[in-house]
Amino acid sequence: MRKSTVWRIAGLTVGVVIALLWMMPLIWSVVASLRPTNEPFARGHVWFGSTLSLANYIHAFQIAPFGRYFINTVLMVTAILSVQLVTSSLAGFAFAFYRFPGDKILFTIILTQMMIPTVALLVPNFQTIRVLGLYDTIWAMAIPFWGSAFGTFLLRQTFLGIPRDYGDAARIDGCTWHMILRFIYLPMAVPSIIAFSISSVNWHWNNLLWPLIITQSDKTRPLTVGLARFTQLGEIGAQWGLLSAATLIVALPLFILFVIFQRRFMEGFMTSGLK
Amino acid sequence: MNRLRVKKKVPLLPYMLVLPTLLFVLLFTIYPTISSIAGSFFQQRLNIPKYREPVFYGFGNYTDLLGDPGFRLILGNTLRYVLVVVPLTMITALGFALWLSKSRNSRFRIAIFHPTILPMVSAATIWMFFLTPDYGLFNSFLGFFGYTGPENWVANPDMALWSLVLIAFWKDSGFYMIFYLAGIQNLPGEVFEAAKLEGAGPLTIFFKFTMPLLRRTTLFVTTVLVIGAFRTVDHVFIVTQGGPSSRSSLLLYHLWQVRFDYLNIGQASAITVFLVVLLLAFTISNFVITERRTTDA
Repeated sequence: MRKSTVWRIAGLTVGVVIALLWMMPLIWSVVASLRPTNEPFARGHVWFGSTLSLANYIHAFQIAPFGRYFINTVLMVTAILSVQLVTSSLAGFAFAFYRFPGDKILFTIILTQMMIPTVALLVPNFQTIRVLGLYDTIWAMAIPFWGSAFGTFLLRQTFLGIPRDYGDAARIDGCTWHMILRFIYLPMAVPSIIAFSISSVNWHWNNLLWPLIITQSDKTRPLTVGLARFTQLGEIGAQWGLLSAATLIVALPLFILFVIFQRRFMEGFMTSGLK
Repeated sequence: MNRLRVKKKVPLLPYMLVLPTLLFVLLFTIYPTISSIAGSFFQQRLNIPKYREPVFYGFGNYTDLLGDPGFRLILGNTLRYVLVVVPLTMITALGFALWLSKSRNSRFRIAIFHPTILPMVSAATIWMFFLTPDYGLFNSFLGFFGYTGPENWVANPDMALWSLVLIAFWKDSGFYMIFYLAGIQNLPGEVFEAAKLEGAGPLTIFFKFTMPLLRRTTLFVTTVLVIGAFRTVDHVFIVTQGGPSSRSSLLLYHLWQVRFDYLNIGQASAITVFLVVLLLAFTISNFVITERRTTDA
């Protein structure tokens, strides 16, 4: 009995140590961002300053329009997810509910998108966006992601798990395809839809390379691109407190949502991996 | 087959439903793949008037690239990066999952998972401080274990690439842990009870039962990891910009440089082809290897 208590405490201690080590970057950046701006970092003096201060945050907002970047990110993520949900539901439903000549080939073509990421094809895709006249717009950041292989795949798998009899019975009762999809299939796929939404929002909120290529003004820049430029500004140099504040401004909105809905987030990612 | 006959009444509908997704995939995945292959056979450089319009160049872009030690270095960097980051992250993710699947440890899950929610740009910015010489926390941490080696990771030609590995590994291990957690939850408990009754030790159980039963999860995790390793270069932008002298440059970062700094579209197209071929080679061979193990077992 006593031996097992010792083991429990030892296990708990090791756990706390690993967890703290893993969270060190986040903990440090929160602490560092609250240091007064006039106290430089030095060996053995990288944590708290003499007082806590929000000056770094205020300064960061003065240097770069993070409010505008935030709105741009929200607009971009909304433009991507709302269309993805429609296109993926339709395609997923077609592949799950119907058999039609060429369905396997079409499905395979769509799945290639999972193996060849859109951003790897940045040379021609950049050209396409320019030809469409969309360079430096929110649309330019969103449209390449409007068809989602992952969303289509995930929803097809989910829909295949729904007994066909439901759909067939509804059809005999005179339901059209979109009534079957809306009132039977989609309500039963809510966990998958949430899972897909979370991973899509997380991915695009945090994405850098494509928005970096396709935007050039603060009107359209999302948070990640704004931060990347911010870190490269000559006048900022090694002002770690200021950099931490900017970093947290970018990460915080999604992070707060995560802390509130942590169960949902983790289960969402789990669901998306199981299919 | 019976189903097929019923569906014949509405032959057009499923195509219409698939069309929107298909359209965007064709426009932003299939067409650009083909156009990169085509473009790789042309010399097109936006900063040289003679080559503003594409001129046929045969395999010139490929021979130029393969003859360039700088490109071979970047190719080598990319392969080393992928071959280290993928197993390292996978094994750590599995270790975390085994540890945190016990309900009394599940409270630590958030701590391990939280880097998933941070943008790579943010993670890299924070790590830049950790890796900074003189007072960076990472060196202090290593110093605690007796490390006295070079301190400037980011600017050291031999260490810059590994600092990128470190950041990606920290950022992603918690994410892939989630899939192993899900996999472990779905393991058939009776198999393990039977094995224990037969007197199998923990190592035997792990290698003979846990790992084989998690094979599908491992296939999924390694596939997503490989693709992620090729496509995530945000930390390169923030931390090293590929330096010192391309020692930490990765293929996609180099592709971006060739396209937007050197304005060499023909060569950028050839690099795209390299990238796509590598992606397909890695994902397909990973799949084949895993499936072969299935038939062995």
